[in-house]
Amino acid sequence: MIFLVTLTVFVMLACAVAACILKDLLSAAITAGVVSFCAAILFYFLQAPDVAMAEASIGAALVTAILIIAIRRTKREE
Amino acid sequence: MSNIRMRNIIGLILLFIIAFAVILSIIEIPFGIPKTTVGNYYINNGIDETGAVNIVTSVVLNYRGYDTLGEVTILLIAALGLGAVLGTIKRKAKKEITPSSVVLSTGCKVLFPFILLFGSYIFLHGHLTPGGGFQGGAIIASGYLLVYLGCAKRRINQNRFKITESLSALIFLIVGLLGLVFGGYFLLNFLPKGIPNTLFSAGIIPIIYIAIGFKVGSELTGVIDNLIEES
Repeated sequence: MIFLVTLTVFVMLACAVAACILKDLLSAAITAGVVSFCAAILFYFLQAPDVAMAEASIGAALVTAILIIAIRRTKREE
Repeated sequence: MSNIRMRNIIGLILLFIIAFAVILSIIEIPFGIPKTTVGNYYINNGIDETGAVNIVTSVVLNYRGYDTLGEVTILLIAALGLGAVLGTIKRKAKKEITPSSVVLSTGCKVLFPFILLFGSYIFLHGHLTPGGGFQGGAIIASGYLLVYLGCAKRRINQNRFKITESLSALIFLIVGLLGLVFGGYFLLNFLPKGIPNTLFSAGIIPIIYIAIGFKVGSELTGVIDNLIEES
């Protein structure tokens, strides 16, 4: 249990740093989505399934989609 | 070059100052000791007073129902602003869309009803299991997103979605005002509470959550439609 939580936190941290430093904006948007997804898993482990559901559907799916649509209208490289 | 480096150093110093201030304020709060007693009140009396087994739902729609109305209004205004900004641009003539492969479009068509079903389940059972109107609506909107991405030709009818959105917002308001009529305050749970842990229980909570589910689902789908069509 504690191992899973630690693993999730480290994946989340790595993806957050990657989203900041990546030059390819599409990859950055995907890694930001992974951060949201890991946050949803953490919420579930912390016994907040309501928040986990909202985070997974809005943060991981819809926000990532909106970011990718915005990238499609502009440039892909930073 | 030196200018950028200077800026980075200043940013780093500011970051350290902010982190120091946050740590100073957090260190004052004892860890793990509940500061308020209102949470215990909800846990002990929530099921008896509202009839909803899911305590989160009873707080969101009963004890703090007025806040939920505010959240719904904020979402409405955001969608309205997006529509106002993007609606002024004339839609371009239909671009040549490359049709997606048979496997992809068939897979989307097969998955779509199940996603809708799951979203509806989430908001219908909001008072029994985790989840509720917002979550269910967002899941329904992500189902529509799948259709927009996978089946290139399928598009929603914007007018019908707007009518659904407005009607469900009206239902929320009318149910709230009926509480004002029957008992003297807004969003009073005037219907019989029924037996806890059954589908038809908790008075007005399922009605409001169905309305919120339809509203959020149609609203977010409208946002996705606006964004994808304009790009």
